[in-house]
Amino acid sequence: MPEREHKRRPSTTRETDAPVEEAPPSTEKGEKLKADLDELLDEIDEVLEDNAEEFVRSYVQKGGE
Amino acid sequence: MAIHKVCGIETEFGIHPVGPDPNPVAASSVLINAYVAEMARRVGWDFEDESPGKDARGFASDASTPPEVDTHLVNAVLTNGARYYVDHAHPEYSSPECASARELVRYDKAGERILARSMEAVGRVLPPGQAIVVYKNNSDRKGNSYGTHENYLMARAVPFARVARHVIPHFVSRQIYTGAGKVGSEAAHAGGAEVDYQLSQRADFFEEEVGLETTLKRPIVNTRDEPHADAHKYRRLHVIVGDANLSEVATLLKVGVTAIVLAMIEDDWFAVRGCDYTLAAPVRAMRQVSWDLSLAAPLDLAGGGRMTALEIQWELLDLARKYAEDRGLGCVGGDGDGLEVMRRWEATLSALEVDPGTLSEQLDWVAKRALVEGYRQRHGLAWSDHRLAAIDLQYHDLRPDRSLFARLRMERLVDEEAVLAAITEPPPDTRAYFRGKCLQRWSSSIAAANWDSLVFDLGTDPLRRVPMMEPLRGTADHVGKLIDSCTSPAELLERLGS
Repeated sequence: MPEREHKRRPSTTRETDAPVEEAPPSTEKGEKLKADLDELLDEIDEVLEDNAEEFVRSYVQKGGE
Repeated sequence: MAIHKVCGIETEFGIHPVGPDPNPVAASSVLINAYVAEMARRVGWDFEDESPGKDARGFASDASTPPEVDTHLVNAVLTNGARYYVDHAHPEYSSPECASARELVRYDKAGERILARSMEAVGRVLPPGQAIVVYKNNSDRKGNSYGTHENYLMARAVPFARVARHVIPHFVSRQIYTGAGKVGSEAAHAGGAEVDYQLSQRADFFEEEVGLETTLKRPIVNTRDEPHADAHKYRRLHVIVGDANLSEVATLLKVGVTAIVLAMIEDDWFAVRGCDYTLAAPVRAMRQVSWDLSLAAPLDLAGGGRMTALEIQWELLDLARKYAEDRGLGCVGGDGDGLEVMRRWEATLSALEVDPGTLSEQLDWVAKRALVEGYRQRHGLAWSDHRLAAIDLQYHDLRPDRSLFARLRMERLVDEEAVLAAITEPPPDTRAYFRGKCLQRWSSSIAAANWDSLVFDLGTDPLRRVPMMEPLRGTADHVGKLIDSCTSPAELLERLGS
């Protein structure tokens, strides 16, 4: 194979790289994702199998395909 | 030009019987029979409802009869054109043939709903305290794996060596968005003992580059040659390397991007552009990619140099852009579905490059990781804690009230109404339409339904076989009016000239 330049990304997507003003929306989104996750973590114990160790141990499958 | 990439997904589900009899084969049969029996009663009722003179008590007395617990091995063909059966010791749903990745997302989701309804149906049959629970995953975390297989229609004329050569780098690198995530590793022998979390359910289980096996020495490229169509014109690429995805975006990308890559291979686009990303050690690279959450692991190329999985995917996207400009995307759904896949692909790679965490509503491995990591930090747990493994398994639980996936706000691509319709209605633009519609109308006259034929039993003549060797014939456009206007299967066969 000829020596090739392994560019990180095609040039048409470059514009998504630089602008600093794009940071706030991303942070905002990050905070929303975190809030959603916290909410789920608050209630997850009600849904999780009662005895995690027994559940994980007894989940045995035959190989398939 | 590349042929239309008709596609489908077969999923073997994990099955966990709760109660005295843990036999998974019997449990799979009971599960599917319970669903099929309920559907049959429903169809029968709909039919009777349209018959004048029948009173509703006929149905009422039917419903009050306890259904039998039937354990014979089931192989049902559903009115949506799918096959639902017991394979080895797993219930398996093979979607109908779909004409685009987006349509396949809908039918893959419909499969999840069918399994959920099956669990409800079997719950009404089993004694109190017993249940059968189904998981859409690929491993029991103890070294046993079961598959999610994609299928793509390809031209027979394409040399298989060319397919394998160019699709392997894609299969290895696509894990960065197709992975369903896994706590730990089942490949301790290959260095997995140190892995806390990895991208893929399946990567631990691949040992060969190319081969016929699916259960032992699993290959990245499977050579099963069973086209279920005109064997002179077509091959069916049977892809065993993927994970079962719950995320709709991940399924769209898994199928949509792979279809584009296969179209490029068919048109020899890699050679046209002088591109070859052949890896020096693909089997090892499967695990390198899956075990590397930083997405920065450099993979050795056979021709010298190194690239990360993300870099290979960027290159493939670039190649696909030029292909789309030059040849169009007609064979993968055209300007609508094809371009949607391209846009999603680019957006996903961009996000993976900056911060994969921002894709926690799009990709399974990211969503599950956020959940597991969040729980681990909150309770200060070690990675070996059983609760983390339990979260991993329960992410894939298909019971709506226990599924952790269902509690996340994952992005939807398909309306739930459209998914529910796909439980009983076939896709309109492949031969699955003919199969599904005939089963809806005349199931009692159909002796056998296969991927490439329907066999009618009209009671008088010998059995009559209708071949369906062209996956894109038998669509709503072709036969919709014909089927609607026939009053009996005999009339249909006569007018089909078979």
